[in-house]
Amino acid sequence: MAQVLTPTAAPGSPAEGAEGVRSAGSDPARASAGALAACNATLVVENMYCGGCMRKVEQALLQQPGVASARANLSARRVTVTCSTGRVSTDDLIEALAGAGFKAAPLLDEPAAAARSADRDLLRRVGVAGFAAANIMLLSVSVWSGQSGDMDTSVQTLFHWLSALIALPTVAYAGQPFFRSAVQALRARRLNMDVPISLGVLLATGMSVYQTMRGSQQVYFDAAVSLLFFLLIGRYLDQLMRSRAAGAAANLLGLRGSMATVIHADGGTERLPARSLAPGMRVLVATGERIGVDGRILEGRGGVDESLITGEADPAPVAPGRQVFAGTLNMGPPLVVEATATDESTLLAEIGRLMTAAEQGRGRYVRLADRAARHYAPAVHLLGLATFVGWLLTGHGWEPALTAAIAVLIITCPCALALAVPAVQVAAASRLFGRGVIVKAADGLERLAEADTIVFDKTGTLTLGEPRLVGGGACSDGLLARAAALAASSHHPYARAVVREARDRGLDPVAATDVREVAGAGLVRDTAAGEERLGSAVWCGVEGEAGDVATLWYRPAGGEAAAFRFEDRLRPDAGEVIATLARAGYRVELVSGDRPAAVETAAGEAGIAQWHARQNPAQKIARLDALKAAGCKVLMVGDGLNDAPALAAAHASISPSTAADVSQTTADVVFQGERLVAVVEALAVAKAARRMALQNFALSLGYNVLFVPLAVAGYATPLIAAIAMSSSSIAVTANAVRLRSKRLEL
Amino acid sequence: MTALAWLIPAALALGGLGLAAFLWALKTNQFEDLDGAAWRALQDEETRAPEQPGRR
Repeated sequence: MAQVLTPTAAPGSPAEGAEGVRSAGSDPARASAGALAACNATLVVENMYCGGCMRKVEQALLQQPGVASARANLSARRVTVTCSTGRVSTDDLIEALAGAGFKAAPLLDEPAAAARSADRDLLRRVGVAGFAAANIMLLSVSVWSGQSGDMDTSVQTLFHWLSALIALPTVAYAGQPFFRSAVQALRARRLNMDVPISLGVLLATGMSVYQTMRGSQQVYFDAAVSLLFFLLIGRYLDQLMRSRAAGAAANLLGLRGSMATVIHADGGTERLPARSLAPGMRVLVATGERIGVDGRILEGRGGVDESLITGEADPAPVAPGRQVFAGTLNMGPPLVVEATATDESTLLAEIGRLMTAAEQGRGRYVRLADRAARHYAPAVHLLGLATFVGWLLTGHGWEPALTAAIAVLIITCPCALALAVPAVQVAAASRLFGRGVIVKAADGLERLAEADTIVFDKTGTLTLGEPRLVGGGACSDGLLARAAALAASSHHPYARAVVREARDRGLDPVAATDVREVAGAGLVRDTAAGEERLGSAVWCGVEGEAGDVATLWYRPAGGEAAAFRFEDRLRPDAGEVIATLARAGYRVELVSGDRPAAVETAAGEAGIAQWHARQNPAQKIARLDALKAAGCKVLMVGDGLNDAPALAAAHASISPSTAADVSQTTADVVFQGERLVAVVEALAVAKAARRMALQNFALSLGYNVLFVPLAVAGYATPLIAAIAMSSSSIAVTANAVRLRSKRLEL
Repeated sequence: MTALAWLIPAALALGGLGLAAFLWALKTNQFEDLDGAAWRALQDEETRAPEQPGRR
């Protein structure tokens, strides 16, 4: 690829250079001078799908000197490496994996660690509650069957005491997540679902202990503990979905996280992760490489594809002194960029400000289950209280009154709210996960289901965000094949586009030998008939076209130069997707930062009637606000940095996995792959999930209507309570599982 | 009825054994990679590091 440039002179004083080194010295990766990994490294491996791959990955890594162990995790698509002696650079490991055919990257940071310990904590509680529920149920069943037979009261009391022995520590341990959350809610003077749950469980347990002492039959240990068990399963599913999404998102960012070539003051170069760069460092950006850092160009002129920042598809001409942004693609000769801190006046700072404002402006969305709980919790408490008072007023003692009230609390305990919604969400998220769509926000699907207007960005969202040859039919197969043979040895995006076009035509180009690449100019090869060249207009000796950066020229030996024009093409299924959305009644708009002509063409091809061009981030937000004011709930689909504020401001947001880091982090949903149909799929699943959550509410309401009168009247024996609760929990979960394989249409 | 005196503790102990096994499995990362574990069960040999000098 690119040659290493010899720096002409170190910019700035030696003191400035030392400053850069010192600030970077705090980073352990940097301190080890070229050896990136300490003795533990976790790599993300993108295309590890099966057991065979897992083994190949491990073996490839173990062949590396100094690697003591490598353990792949297929579910997480990660591999953890420990080394035995000295240090192993992660670069070497990634190289080794690339040799074995795997794309790997170091994991940027591990946000999942805290989530994983929370996962485990909940799972442990689920296990304990499950054990206790099973054993208490065993004892309870014998008591219930004994009641109609010849069971001795003393044996019954013994069984109750045994149940208490199991139930008390279980409630104290497994109930903690609910108690904690209930206390928090009460402190904030709110009611959430956990308040009636905690109250029900604690009252039922306390009352049962009292009744056990008295030798009565109204003992609810089984109900209290199995309630905890079911609710914990719901809580665990919810947590699992969150941590899985967080892990997948971290993987995506890791795979995108770029490496940068840093030029030291002594002229030596070193590959460092882009995020460990400090202001003042000089970075070499090769042709076709993404710029890893925000900075100013010191050397080199050419073109930079800034579509991720501005939405403009054609490369922008750059020269020394110009500001460039992380994530943009160098389309010209190698550049030397000096990393700068984010300046308050730059586009980036502006986007940062807009993001903060947008996030504050977006009212906190209240999840479906919480909204239901707001009405449900007070109703339940009132009902319990009314039962208690009613029994007292009709002349019964406080004991039967309290027992009836507790039975009401147990029967009405919001299993459907706490279990059914997470179960539906998990089923929906894992269905989408299987199709490369990652739901990142916990309430993302719910908000997605409410959207009625969809705003698309153009470059990188509606289009592929990479150059494709246009008007390829103009050149003959022979010409294309010869140009592709030259292009095959280059990493330049245009060269790769030529090779791809040749492949698409079934030409199967083979890289020609002894091709020389002159960075920023083009490729040349000596043949018997003379020189053939592929590159810029100047390189191929074409007059008057020098300013056009989106064209590649090919001059065969002794022949006339031919032009290849490049354009960012629409995603293959864009038109179809827009048509489907329109049919489903969505209002679709295109809002882009690109030139009006380019936007109009794209809108026309995709079939979008409403489009806005040359929109800066603030104007995009203004457009969303206008839609919001008109009563629309907007789904924003975008990828660029310029879309990030709009993604944050919209009711729901989707990004492709090629999006800028900030956008990907902001978006509720991220989809992988070339096909836009993922948007339709996400919407369809979100709507189905919402339908199913409502169905589940209806189901559990049905149970309540059936059993609450019994409880109020005092007929809810422990047996009836147990049956009502378990069967409603199982019914709603079974309903949710249907979502996994159901046929869905938008 | 005397049967209960040992049946109940036996039942609880067996259940407790299951719980202990579950907690042990959780603690030793047995649930970390369920997809991978399914494949590993089918692999004939362990992937092993090449002989490190000084190990034998």
